[in-house]
Amino acid sequence: MQPFTRHRGLVGPLDRANVDTDLITPKQYLKSIERSGFGRYLFDPLRYLDEGWLDKPENERRPNPDFALNQPRYRGCSVLLTRANFGCGSSREHAPWALADYGFRALIAPSYADIFYNNCCKNGLLPVVQPEAVVERLFAETLANPGYELTIDLEQQHIETPAGERLAFHIDAFRKGCLLAGLDEIGLTLQSAAAIKAYEQQRAAAEPWVFGVLDRARL
Amino acid sequence: MPRTLYDKLWDAHLVEDRADGSALIYIDRHIVHEVTSPQAFAGLRAAGRTPWRTDTTLATPDHNVSTLPAERRGGYAALPDAQSRIQLEALDANCGEFNLPEYRLDDPRQGIVHIIGPESGAVLPGMTVVCGDSHTSTNGALGCYACGIGTSEVEHVLATQTLVAKKMRNMRVQVDGQLGPGVSPKDLILAIIGKIGTAGGTGHAIEFSGPVLREMSMEGRMTVCNMAIEAGARVGLVAVDQTTIDYVEGRDHAPRGDDWQRAATYWRTLYSDPDAHFDRTVALQGEEIAPHVSWGTSPEMVLPISGRVPAVESGRDATERNSIAAALDYMGLQAGTPLTEIPIDRVFIGSCTNARIEDLRAAAAVVAGRKKAASVRQALVVPGSGRVKQQAEAEGLDQVFLDAGFEWREPGCSMCLAMNADRLAAGERCASTSNRNFEGRQGAGGRTHLASPQMAAAAGIAGHLVDVRPMLAAC
Repeated sequence: MQPFTRHRGLVGPLDRANVDTDLITPKQYLKSIERSGFGRYLFDPLRYLDEGWLDKPENERRPNPDFALNQPRYRGCSVLLTRANFGCGSSREHAPWALADYGFRALIAPSYADIFYNNCCKNGLLPVVQPEAVVERLFAETLANPGYELTIDLEQQHIETPAGERLAFHIDAFRKGCLLAGLDEIGLTLQSAAAIKAYEQQRAAAEPWVFGVLDRARL
Repeated sequence: MPRTLYDKLWDAHLVEDRADGSALIYIDRHIVHEVTSPQAFAGLRAAGRTPWRTDTTLATPDHNVSTLPAERRGGYAALPDAQSRIQLEALDANCGEFNLPEYRLDDPRQGIVHIIGPESGAVLPGMTVVCGDSHTSTNGALGCYACGIGTSEVEHVLATQTLVAKKMRNMRVQVDGQLGPGVSPKDLILAIIGKIGTAGGTGHAIEFSGPVLREMSMEGRMTVCNMAIEAGARVGLVAVDQTTIDYVEGRDHAPRGDDWQRAATYWRTLYSDPDAHFDRTVALQGEEIAPHVSWGTSPEMVLPISGRVPAVESGRDATERNSIAAALDYMGLQAGTPLTEIPIDRVFIGSCTNARIEDLRAAAAVVAGRKKAASVRQALVVPGSGRVKQQAEAEGLDQVFLDAGFEWREPGCSMCLAMNADRLAAGERCASTSNRNFEGRQGAGGRTHLASPQMAAAAGIAGHLVDVRPMLAAC
């Protein structure tokens, strides 16, 4: 996972609440067995006027000129500014994969759906929470100022505006540590292998019906 | 100290607390399907890792499978969609390579992940259950700590049998009284989501409790817990009682003999202590709940069937007014239209929410002796598993549906998420027993009205959304 320490980038606005994972990465793209390449399908139903499918040639796509991120001024944006309950719906990690593959490094919104939030942190994508009023103001500043950039400092846990204002944000220590280090979580957990084994032995004695029941050869 | 059911399950599965406030939680059952697992298996392979255990995971294909009998009989070779075929073959190959138990596509026990777990007894009360699908909350009906996870976590659980988690807050949804005739568990959960909103349960484990839940069947409880995620909660729960124990007894992978007695004794402790602390409590009265349908593009956009399509001005703030305006536009609806005047083009009865035998019986009771409206292009009935299908056929339900002009299909997720060929065309309107009415969910441009099996069946007969209760009275 790519570490996240400090990032400065162009802000792209998506002025819509409750953006669900079907809008972020629609189902037809979930047929891929790959982990990369989803950026071209990000926000597909909002971004294009035609219906897309996996590997549809890009020159056959008709971009929706009304979709903010299609405007030249937001080309290359890497900080997504959006509204409450972003990422609601399914657990598909294809949603953060698509956001990261498109080029986003951080998100700013008043709230996120739980599973989506978690999935972002596993993919080096930092979901920053800010109060509604701050998000409202950032929308106004983004729209009013072409080239509007924000700096997000995970170590210090603040956003820095072009005017030099610092907006603090909260993130729990575990997720922060993983993002800063770009950590292999499985490797970290396997350091606790002895504790897992000890727990298993105790459970197998107390609840033997939990283990040894499912067997590929005699299911 | 008194504990909630969720507290008890958390404590029972805690491997270790970590200094940074996270915890390692042991996972008893991991259900795997073809869509969110290939990248996890690839990750294992790339790192040279193998599964921690091979006797705790159960795989089955469901999201991407064809529901057409002819295509199912022909095996993978008969699948017209090469991408779907590759994904299904990848699941079989991965389970073979890593020695994981699988109900393959041609196995009569195959079905929707959240249906086959409880049905086979692979999922038992008191377990932690995860699956790379948000509707894993369904299993909470058995008194399990069950939640959906992303693909990185699928890989993590395969490699370590644990999940890194942070304890959620406790929320109780108490439902007093009783549900009226023709009012189903689906109507209850839609009413709850309408009341608390799609972010109402965010950060919480929701325990559903009260007389209505106590009187409810296990399958009804599964419908309610299934849509906890539509209320924002990863976890939905119902306390164990005699109904739970009776449901589990005798299932394929349920304990027997002495183990059964020991297990049942333990399971009976799985309830919230009387004075346990809930961070939030919401109360509903069963008698006040009417059949509900959704009118918009979020599961919180629901109303009793007697309602009218709301106006943009009814939004509490600018964001909500924008959402209503966008939903009315997408759904092609005018504010003020009575819900019962909304015509439908298709009916979908199926999904992990409503494709169990009781759901099919309820729909069949409405359909029996009646005919699908001529204006309705298609009414699909997709059983949730091979066993549900067998049971329904043994009871003659398939014939009831066929006689009414409904289609009877093979098990899978089908038109709930439309990854296969079962989907709406742009502009088509569907009365659907599924769980999400997001834009494009059932097909690009398709319009979904969430409803109970009875209500969806009734809409298929009437040709428009309709209150099923007078039709039931006439049965």
